[in-house]
Amino acid sequence: MEQEIKGLTPWEKVQVSRHPQRPLTIDYIENLFEDFVELHGDRLYGDDPALIGGIGIFKGQGVVIIGHNKGKNVKENVSRNFGMPHPEGYRKALRLMRLAERWHLPVISFIDTPGAYPGIGAEERGQAEAIGRNILEAFEIRSPIIVVVIGEGGSGGALGIGVGDRILMLENAIYSVISPEGCAAIIWKDSKQAERAASALKLTAQDLLRFNIIDEIIPEPPGGAHNDINATIKAVEESIARNLEIICNKDIDSLLEERYQKVRKIGIFEENLVPKAGVEPARSPSST
Amino acid sequence: MHISDWFSRKPKYAVLKPEKKEIPEGLWTRCPKCLEILYNKELERNLKVCSRCGYHFKLGAWERIYQIVDNHEFSELDENLESVDALPFNDGIYLDKLKESKEKTGLNEAIVTGKGKVESFDVFLGVFDFGFIGGSMASVVGEKVTRLFEYGARDRLPVIIVTATGGARMYEGMLSLMQMAKTNAALSRYRRSGGLFISVLSDPSTAGVMASFASQGDVIIAEPGALIGFAGPRVIEQTIKQKLPEGFQSSEFVFQHGMVDIVVERSKLKSTIGRIIRIWNKRLKG
Repeated sequence: MEQEIKGLTPWEKVQVSRHPQRPLTIDYIENLFEDFVELHGDRLYGDDPALIGGIGIFKGQGVVIIGHNKGKNVKENVSRNFGMPHPEGYRKALRLMRLAERWHLPVISFIDTPGAYPGIGAEERGQAEAIGRNILEAFEIRSPIIVVVIGEGGSGGALGIGVGDRILMLENAIYSVISPEGCAAIIWKDSKQAERAASALKLTAQDLLRFNIIDEIIPEPPGGAHNDINATIKAVEESIARNLEIICNKDIDSLLEERYQKVRKIGIFEENLVPKAGVEPARSPSST
Repeated sequence: MHISDWFSRKPKYAVLKPEKKEIPEGLWTRCPKCLEILYNKELERNLKVCSRCGYHFKLGAWERIYQIVDNHEFSELDENLESVDALPFNDGIYLDKLKESKEKTGLNEAIVTGKGKVESFDVFLGVFDFGFIGGSMASVVGEKVTRLFEYGARDRLPVIIVTATGGARMYEGMLSLMQMAKTNAALSRYRRSGGLFISVLSDPSTAGVMASFASQGDVIIAEPGALIGFAGPRVIEQTIKQKLPEGFQSSEFVFQHGMVDIVVERSKLKSTIGRIIRIWNKRLKG
């Protein structure tokens, strides 16, 4: 594979994306936004420290910020549940996206989670419903949305705040339908085969750009973001600023249409229109 | 020889397992819940529900379709969509899996979609088959669900989807995950067209499909005793390192927590769907 010659292997990227010194959502918030005001709570049940939300100013522009946040050490990780949100985290994010819509503020969403939390309370309070609703309503939010995958994009837990007009991804970040360990445990009954699963799953930024699932790769310093946090944050800033200018200058209806059409096209399959011998041709009405 | 082998108890003589009462194949089925032996014809007549304990057996996609539509009339749509090994995923194991599932179920994919009538009302109906790679959603399933919502919006007809799924299919990687976004984008448009989407959750309905359109029905109906949730019970147990209480994530559990509208026995599923459509049909025009 090209990226294996040029840079890190998929499994190495998995490690780098989870590196304990890798910049977190909170680092981007502190460095990129003036006057950040954190807003708490979903107004339904509680506040989720695994998902940060708030408002701030990005290069003179008011914005709403949402993002998963892991901890910098064990203690912080425990209090932030390792960046794994409960339903109230997703509901807080949706509340803030609706606020962005009312105030005409763009949304900037940072993705960095192993996944939505699989626990008793999360199930009782409707984890699936919360994520499903966010994904659905994100297509209706009449504000520009930029998504930046900064570390781990853990499946539905990532996608719950992952729908937008521009999906940017750091060079060594990963985004996957299942963790390589989970995948290996299912296929080879052995989580030690995770390295094999990591390359099979095509979870790197380079792969996802090829599948048109993301729009842009943000370069990282040699060895990974943790080697030069300031340079990484600068690169993210540049990319957000450039993309934000483009999408904020579009009329909101065409932006929503583009948001829809981009996702509508995702999927690879064959549509076999030639009838099989002796079988009636399929009468499929034309779509849309 | 490893030291631990000295302590493991090895039987001196081969132990013959007590002979099980052989159930002649094709005639009888044992209920996995109450262990009652059920006569197959009787079981079919009872819509594959155990007459003793009410256990709802899993249904194949076509069995379900024929239980729901009028006069066994159903015109399948988009059956010509074929999955491909798009990533490709590690040495063709996905292609093997597809081939095996096609042979086992006789289906082309994990969902059958089409048009039929329920209690005389035209509907678009999609039914998952858990036997096809765990009823998982990848590019083809996502596309078929998306088109179903598009047909529903175009023809102003109800959309009914019966799920039996373990979520997004890992063999298509992120293409599968993004089907959650695609189907929900289509559902959003269908909703704005004023459509009626009935989500029927059968055993099991979890993960990526639940965290997309299946949890967003205008009306959500669950079959009794189904496993419904986001994470699978094993994943939760491994995470929290404790055993889950009996009945956790059952239909009755999610009903108590406000996640579904109605828990409906299989024998009343069709009439319940019919009643909801009848009311929706009596809406103000314009």
